[in-house]
Amino acid sequence: MTVATETHSEHDHSHDDHAEHGMSNAGYIRVAIILAAMTALEVSTYYVDFGAFFLPVLLTLMCLKFFIVVSYFMHLKFDNKLFSFCFYAGLFLAVMVYCIALATFKFFAA
Amino acid sequence: MSDVAVHEADHGTHGHITSTGLSNNKVAMWLFLGSECLLFGGLISTYMLYRGRVSIGPRPGHVFDIPFTSVSSFVLLMSSLTMVLAVSAAQKRDDRGTTLWLTVTALLGATFVGGQVYEFTAMYNEGLGFTTSLFGSSFFTLTGFHGVHVTVGIIMLMSLVGIIKRSDIPGDKAEVVELIGLYWHFVDVIWIIIFTLVYLIPA
Amino acid sequence: MAIIEQPVTTGGIALAAPVTPTKAQGGFRRPVSTTGWKSWLFTVDHKKLGIMYGVMAMFFFLLGGIEAVMIRMQLAAPNGKVLSASVYNQMFTMHATTMVFLFVMPMAAAFANYFVPLQIGARDVAFPRMNAFGFWCILGGGIFINLSWFLGGAADGGWFMYAPNSGPIFSPSHGIDFWTLGLQIAGIASLTGAINLIVTVLNMRAPGMSLMKMPVFTWLTLVVQFLLLFAVPVITVALFLLSFQRNFGATFFDVSAGADPLLWQHLFWIFGHPEVYILILPSFGIISEVLPVFAKKPLFGYPFVVFSGAAIGFVGWGVWAHHMFASGLGPVSVAVFSISTMAIAIPTGVKIVNWTLTLWGGKLRFTAAMHFAIGLIVLFTIGGLSGVTHSVAPSDTQQTDTYYIVAHFHYVLFGGAVFGLFSGFYYWWPKMFGKTLNEKLGKVNFWFMVIGMNMTFGPMHILGLQGQPRRMYQWTEARAGEGFFNLAFWNRIASIGSLVLSFGILLFLINVVKTSRSKERAPLDPWDARTLEWMTSSPPKEHNFDVIPTVHHLDEFFHRKYEQDPVTHEYKQIATAEEILADQEAHADKHIHMPSPSYWPIVLAASLPVIMIGVIYSIPVAILGGIFTVLAMFGWALEPSTAPESDFDPPASGESTKELAPLV
Repeated sequence: MTVATETHSEHDHSHDDHAEHGMSNAGYIRVAIILAAMTALEVSTYYVDFGAFFLPVLLTLMCLKFFIVVSYFMHLKFDNKLFSFCFYAGLFLAVMVYCIALATFKFFAA
Repeated sequence: MSDVAVHEADHGTHGHITSTGLSNNKVAMWLFLGSECLLFGGLISTYMLYRGRVSIGPRPGHVFDIPFTSVSSFVLLMSSLTMVLAVSAAQKRDDRGTTLWLTVTALLGATFVGGQVYEFTAMYNEGLGFTTSLFGSSFFTLTGFHGVHVTVGIIMLMSLVGIIKRSDIPGDKAEVVELIGLYWHFVDVIWIIIFTLVYLIPA
Repeated sequence: MAIIEQPVTTGGIALAAPVTPTKAQGGFRRPVSTTGWKSWLFTVDHKKLGIMYGVMAMFFFLLGGIEAVMIRMQLAAPNGKVLSASVYNQMFTMHATTMVFLFVMPMAAAFANYFVPLQIGARDVAFPRMNAFGFWCILGGGIFINLSWFLGGAADGGWFMYAPNSGPIFSPSHGIDFWTLGLQIAGIASLTGAINLIVTVLNMRAPGMSLMKMPVFTWLTLVVQFLLLFAVPVITVALFLLSFQRNFGATFFDVSAGADPLLWQHLFWIFGHPEVYILILPSFGIISEVLPVFAKKPLFGYPFVVFSGAAIGFVGWGVWAHHMFASGLGPVSVAVFSISTMAIAIPTGVKIVNWTLTLWGGKLRFTAAMHFAIGLIVLFTIGGLSGVTHSVAPSDTQQTDTYYIVAHFHYVLFGGAVFGLFSGFYYWWPKMFGKTLNEKLGKVNFWFMVIGMNMTFGPMHILGLQGQPRRMYQWTEARAGEGFFNLAFWNRIASIGSLVLSFGILLFLINVVKTSRSKERAPLDPWDARTLEWMTSSPPKEHNFDVIPTVHHLDEFFHRKYEQDPVTHEYKQIATAEEILADQEAHADKHIHMPSPSYWPIVLAASLPVIMIGVIYSIPVAILGGIFTVLAMFGWALEPSTAPESDFDPPASGESTKELAPLV
């Protein structure tokens, strides 16, 4: 809640904040290709045995894909920090409270 | 949620500038998405806790069709690309491009939902109903909630196509495309998590 | 209604020219009434909605109060016969539900709706129609929950509705179904309200009002709305799971099917503990406004009050399992939550210190509002201290589910939240209605409430430590014990206390009636106040401010009235409130375009209970309700929130001030 929004209060972003941030269409397509490749890698774990790397690889890919979509497709990387605060505050609380709750069920113990 | 906000746009940008310089609607949408994180977090946690609790009926590994779900996950992922292209077109005031990409996005979304209906039917035929086991209940609740979100998204996309085609409705349409885009991407990232945690990592 | 034209010639009374929206997308003309019941039903004005929230909350306060008195009458004598065991269960469940969800939360929403836009110098909230929608949802949800009294019995599982008591075996009536689905509707109200108020505070501040120049009430309301934003979806999940269990045959909390009933407890308290701060922080905000005004000093350590409020909001997410110490969480979890619970006492203590030091050395004026504010500090501190004893897990194990817990949360919620709200009534009444509540009666009201509340809830500490379980519906003489700590004596005292307390609240209602009949107008600035809401007429005009103020200071209004002498550093008055208002009126904005009333909020809100009734009784009805919901959403989306200028009729009489085109 303490994001200092007043620093860019009056006129900075008023009307043209649509056009400036974001990427070119070619850039979006590149991001999509990366995402597709990562999905292919994820699915390959179903066919190929990754051994001890199975879980870390899948979780890392999941997080990477999540943040790529949020940062590039949803523009959080280019947009005002207040938007990031609103979203990541919710995400952080969700991960925190639910992981703690699952931990009390000894979910991570096995 | 956000088709409700189509014309609130007037209030935020009409005449006066907001304190942060940001659009009211966009702040509201991001707040809503932050809130949705805790909704899906709760549903995912419920599933994670209950996925192994099967006294009767099939276990997770027996009903999941990974190749099929991989394809439908890929379709939903690509709908994020077409959505972002729609936003990009809308910001260039390219109405034809916007409606084209919005329609493609809605069709990809509909393909995904169709795939989910097929998947649910197949599971039901293999003996996994909503009340069969805790696994079944929590699985259908989680994926059902996600499916409803996608369906709401499709309805909003199609309504938006209609709104853009009618020129007599006031409001900043590029912003509405962007807002619905945010919602759509959010639904997509939730599926990224569900696909890994529910489908790829066995119980 | 929607476009306000100031007359071009100055000096006269500003006459708002009624102009009529002619068309609306979707085929309906927009509502245009500015007086009568229609002007309330379709309003999007934050002040009218604030009053409506207040009236609704007060109604449910009385309802919940009657339920409380019936509980106390049942326990006044051994082998109480006032209520049957089953009705007793319904009574305490609905008492808590009503007080938490239908009184304290909407009453806080009433103040937030009314005063946040005024305090930040805005003309309305960011989403006026969503604001109206929120009110109709909470009203619909409240009525829906209480309908169950007439349809086979109310919810009877306790307000936290633990499994298995919430299951169909132990609660076969539809009471819990109504409770679950009604709370879902109320949750929608909280969520939309939270988004709306956060956007309002972030985006609609008057020029110059940075975050650290905002009044504390606005700040703490902002914190509360963030808590709601993130806590409501958690209870939504829990309520959905419970609905699916009760209505569609799932077994989420059914141990015999292998489920974990603790899942409900976690989900409920992940919501429920932030909820506790949702209830108390608005009252903290109110007294942080009241104390400086009546101490004639700025709030001591403004940044500390703000940051400790934010800290409470954050740490409040990490303490929920202290409600579950007796459930067998395991030693590590218990230790962690024990420590985090002790830690949250720190920011709360910071606030108490700040309030006390605000009073220190001040020129105190003991008005009724001030009485309630000081009452809050004292009573909340008592409740806070018994709260710290809960954080010590071994001690909590002894106290769990006894009357000691009941004593604790009534000290913090009644002594804290409710006293803060009453302080707000006495402080802001002249602003809202232009008449001051009777001060003398107000102080009598205060003393009856303080004595009554201590008589009622004080003995519960003893009862609890003596082992009287919470929710026990009868006690017997044989098991009451002997000596000073016998249960019979203290139960009687508590029951008598509840009547004293009720009389105190009756005095408040008498005060309201008396004041509304009185002809005497309140002065413009009766308390010599400090914040922007007092810089307009009482009650405020529809557009709040004739000209949007530019803010230079924390406590802007005070600094417009007083100037510091550079040599002696003493403040001397340079302007009166009347002069400041007259100056504003002279420079009033000529053309003010306000949001227009709308049918859609109430239509959309009304379609939700139809869905819920359908879920309980007949799925086709639910589908019908769903169709109505979708149609209402389309109607809403296609209607501009502020009718465009081209949408207005040319004036019937042809006066020049009503012609809109030249002014654009």
